[in-house]
Amino acid sequence: MSITDLDLYGQAILLLAGLITLTSFLMLGQSRLPRLVMIFAVQGWLLAAATSLAAAVLDYPHLYVSAAMTLGLKGLLIPILLQRLMLRLGLHREMDTLTHPASVMMGGTSLVIFSYYVSLPVIAHSPLVTLNAIAVSLAVVLLGMLLMITRRQAVAHVVGFMSIENGLFFAAVVATYGMPMVVELGIAFDVLVAAVVFGVFFFQINDSIDSLNVDQLNKLSEVEP
Amino acid sequence: MSGLLTLLQTLLFVFSAPLLAGWSKRVKCRLQNRRAPSVLQPYRDLFKLYRKEPIVPYPASWLFRAAPYLIFASTVLAAAIVPLVAVNLQPARIADVIVLVGFFALGRTFQVLAAMDSGTAFGGLGASREMTISSLAEPAMLMAVFTLAMSAHTTNLSQALHYVLDSGVVLRPSFVFALGSLMLVAVAETGRIPVDNPATHLELTMIHEAMILEYSGRWLALIDWASQIKFMLYGVLIANIFFPWGIAQETGWQALGQGIGAIALKLAVLAWLLVLSEALFAKMRIFRVREYLSFAYLLSVLGMLSYIILEAARVHH
Repeated sequence: MSITDLDLYGQAILLLAGLITLTSFLMLGQSRLPRLVMIFAVQGWLLAAATSLAAAVLDYPHLYVSAAMTLGLKGLLIPILLQRLMLRLGLHREMDTLTHPASVMMGGTSLVIFSYYVSLPVIAHSPLVTLNAIAVSLAVVLLGMLLMITRRQAVAHVVGFMSIENGLFFAAVVATYGMPMVVELGIAFDVLVAAVVFGVFFFQINDSIDSLNVDQLNKLSEVEP
Repeated sequence: MSGLLTLLQTLLFVFSAPLLAGWSKRVKCRLQNRRAPSVLQPYRDLFKLYRKEPIVPYPASWLFRAAPYLIFASTVLAAAIVPLVAVNLQPARIADVIVLVGFFALGRTFQVLAAMDSGTAFGGLGASREMTISSLAEPAMLMAVFTLAMSAHTTNLSQALHYVLDSGVVLRPSFVFALGSLMLVAVAETGRIPVDNPATHLELTMIHEAMILEYSGRWLALIDWASQIKFMLYGVLIANIFFPWGIAQETGWQALGQGIGAIALKLAVLAWLLVLSEALFAKMRIFRVREYLSFAYLLSVLGMLSYIILEAARVHH
């Protein structure tokens, strides 16, 4: 099955899958926190667009609900929450620069190749057209993890965590036409609660160590002279 | 017939390049609320320079005198192998994209050598900057070209165009990435904002102008003309690879006329887009160019990966 055998909708889903990977890479390289959150929001929009396209192609109306929830939660609500948090904590001018951007990008590229290699057997045994994108969704999950590993700012960790969730959601859409509605609602609620809890947690960290740099979390302030 | 058409197409390419430069200058003036010179002004400038006496710096060797001809010749050869109006012409069939990149590299090598040969500090400075940028831009360009080659199963431009034309409108993720990457590379390689400013002689920022600072008279005219052709070459490459519709597939007069009209329209739109981006962005620091070009490289790598992951035909077991 090559791309020329698909109809335009299928091609558009694959194109959106490619763009979602690109947003993951952009997040990996972005050192300004407000822009990081903005790219995360764009990833949410692309995900919502891909989901609603899948709903149209496969004629699964409940995917429209998932798309709307993705757009509302990950495309609008959580980015706005994070932006307001950063403004209140005075983090919007903070830089979180990578020390070795080139090697992180190389690492990201090899993660994409790795996820392709891992998902090859899965793809080979299924006739689903959109399944090509499963490697992409796995790559988005791994790139989110890489984002969490390479950053020091807690806000970037939250964005990485949310983008892992984006990857899992995309995998569910392309592999099994979305999860059951109950599960999906549960996850959406979980993500929302996680965003609120993270917000509270930020204030706690900021109060206790006067910074959101997680490298300083392993210092015991009472022991040090 | 085919040979004559090739000659005509190359002549059209070479002689319409200043027109494209004039058009982009005109659009830029409009965007900056300035009064624009006529679109024919680059022709007049070239003619004026051609009549003037060239001056050779005292320490310069034969290399300095030979370089303008070599640069111009390699650029014209590159123009000969890019399909402009018609797909089925001879040179496009014998030389592929890698030869094209090779011609660019040949011209650039002599430009850099001549810049260092002139013996001034600016020449060396411009040469080192040019080499830095091109060593970063060339991998990105080749990677984008390979992405195209993998889709079309050929590195030959004419066959690749046939492939794209035959498969109709297909939304290919890999082509979207390759297009983005090639556009970024084209901006860097033709010395436009944000990488280089063709209209400046400020020593801190100039790259291309620093290299040709010692040239005058007809040699300067040749080099200027060559860079106008190079500018058009990138435009034609982008327009014809990614949007080949309208190009002449047979050699009737009507098809050729339609091909000329189509490429003129595409180039006008592309130049407008480029100039718009020039008006919107500021020139960046030279050390940021590395990030810019590594982004172009990342785009082309993602293009290749998305071809393999998302598009390639796969055998079911």
